[in-house]
Amino acid sequence: MNPVAFLATGDPLYAHGVNWVVVLIALIKVLVAFGALMGAVTLMIWFERKVISDMQSRIGPNRVGPWGILQSLADGIKLFFKEDLIPDRSDRFVFKLAPYLSVVPALLIFTVVPVGGVVTVAGHTFELQVADPQMGILLVLAMSGIGVYGIMLSGWASGSKYPLLSSVRASAQMISYEAALGMTVVMVVLVTGSLSTRTMVDVQGNNILHWNVLRLGIVPFVIFMIAVIAETNRPPFDVVEAESELVGGFHTEYSSIRFALFFLAEFMNTITMSAIMVTLFFGGPNGPVPKIAHIAWVFPILYFLIKTVIFCYIFVWLRGALPRLRYDRLMDLGWKRLIPLSLAWMLLVAGFLINAWWGIGLAAAVVVGAIVLNRSFDLGAEVEASGHAVLPPLGTKPVPPALLRELTDLEGEL
Amino acid sequence: MAKKMRQNFFGGFILTGKHLTRPRVTRQYPDEKKPKQPRQHGRHVLNRYEDGMEKCIGCELCAGVCPADCIYVRGLDNPPDHPVSPGERYGYVYEINYLRCIHCDMCVEACPTQAITESKLFEFSFTSRNDAIYTKAELVVDDDGMPQKLPWEDWREGDDLLTSGWMRATSPAGNAEFEGVVQWSGELGYGTRAPEGGQSGNRDDEATGTKALRDILEPHLLNKDIPKAHKGMQGRLWRAKVNAEKNKAKIEKLKGLYKDRREAAKAAKAAQQ
Repeated sequence: MNPVAFLATGDPLYAHGVNWVVVLIALIKVLVAFGALMGAVTLMIWFERKVISDMQSRIGPNRVGPWGILQSLADGIKLFFKEDLIPDRSDRFVFKLAPYLSVVPALLIFTVVPVGGVVTVAGHTFELQVADPQMGILLVLAMSGIGVYGIMLSGWASGSKYPLLSSVRASAQMISYEAALGMTVVMVVLVTGSLSTRTMVDVQGNNILHWNVLRLGIVPFVIFMIAVIAETNRPPFDVVEAESELVGGFHTEYSSIRFALFFLAEFMNTITMSAIMVTLFFGGPNGPVPKIAHIAWVFPILYFLIKTVIFCYIFVWLRGALPRLRYDRLMDLGWKRLIPLSLAWMLLVAGFLINAWWGIGLAAAVVVGAIVLNRSFDLGAEVEASGHAVLPPLGTKPVPPALLRELTDLEGEL
Repeated sequence: MAKKMRQNFFGGFILTGKHLTRPRVTRQYPDEKKPKQPRQHGRHVLNRYEDGMEKCIGCELCAGVCPADCIYVRGLDNPPDHPVSPGERYGYVYEINYLRCIHCDMCVEACPTQAITESKLFEFSFTSRNDAIYTKAELVVDDDGMPQKLPWEDWREGDDLLTSGWMRATSPAGNAEFEGVVQWSGELGYGTRAPEGGQSGNRDDEATGTKALRDILEPHLLNKDIPKAHKGMQGRLWRAKVNAEKNKAKIEKLKGLYKDRREAAKAAKAAQQ
């Protein structure tokens, strides 16, 4: 198989073979996307700090540049020139590798996001998106899976307690929420009939009623949103870097540019995941385009940017409004609520895609399943409460009085 | 229902949403400063009488009372041909070490002639220990009765006013009968300053820069402690009335001022013609 054809089937740029102009255009696309993403990340960090401070009646960064807009640039320069410390007991190679494992996937996810329509420059027609591979959305899932390694390995390689705890939490949390995330993506794939992100966007069209958020019902979007927040380790699901519990979490031992890379990856993930959300559920760059010569291509990009910024704002608002979830509640939400719900909704979507009878049949199956699952949860809770559980949940049950007396009574020893 | 909504999942969103439009609580400190309290304790000044004579008589009571032992005074007999102070003796050496001073104002209380008082300045720094010792040359007020504004001090508007804050406080003697009674001598540049308003009602808030305690504290009171007449629509009406009265006095004053000026201008014109 021709690798170019495999990686960029959808893009009309490669339709007439590859010559140096095509390569140049592809290179320019890569560079522009990289530069734009980097700029967007610095703006996002500033935006988040500013909005959070607005929500807390503070002023926020306001010293560097107009409205403090260059604050994250200044922070970046500061971090770049700081001393780079590597702990003595760390695994040096993995310790150095981990930040890149965090950043590179975050960057790569953005390559499959359609940021605009199709444009023609000097006889070459191409899509405004770095790559349009057949597997499209699978790349997103794969990369967000690899992103876990960055966090997991950094915590492990630090040779320190809190980062290790954090990385254990991270791997458990991200894996469990990845299931719900994948399930909602499957729903979108079902109605689209393709894995390509460009096709997903095209299928949704300009009519707001055909956008996946309404077409699939609101539920998959909500599940996806929650799963994405957990996946990017953002508040209220930031148990991975819970400041009040784990110091800085997995990046406690990191300093200088390596820390900056983690920071960058975190905010880049926020932006790319907002972009993915826009692509999957809100029609990407779709919207009414007025027929104005020469600048009509700007409008899709504008729509895409507006939608993405709205989601970035929602992420920030969630951080400002909600307290952090306890770790066991987080896992409960993931396994007991989101995964069954997404599974049930996927069955409904699949059923109604065939015909109404299949849909009704599967709906009945879902109801039965829900009842059974609910009963099993109840049974499990009863077992836990009665103290016969194999592993009683920590902190939910007081120490039995007899045992407590035995542990604290020193009379026998005195 | 609405109350429940405020407490559950959406409560955080509603609250943070509301805060977006609220005024910011942060102050941009070095650029923007809070107005200082009328009795704030800051850097000292040595006052002079209205005729320019120094008030300090070199009695060393301030040095004696100082808990931080930061004042050093030596008195000397006044030279008969050009006396420095109206009494027998004057403060020949007067030094305050600001690395020790805790701004407790006990020197001000001890001073029998109200010679030493405190300005509102607290933002000054030094690069050597010697600079921290202010001598008499730096402490005595200038010929306008204003504290000297030294180059390493950060003076802002209003810091040099009301330097004798504590002295004019509600009955500094501690005797209720002397509340609002002037017990201090006049100062260079100001004359005899008005007493701070107490509870007696004969208060001149504009002259003293003070406010009734009740007015100051009301924004910080619990809701149940605010009188009903000051709450809600009733309270708005009450505040409007109070403000109107205040403004009325101001407008009258201004009117009088302009009237005087107009008359003066008219007189000048007439004189020219």
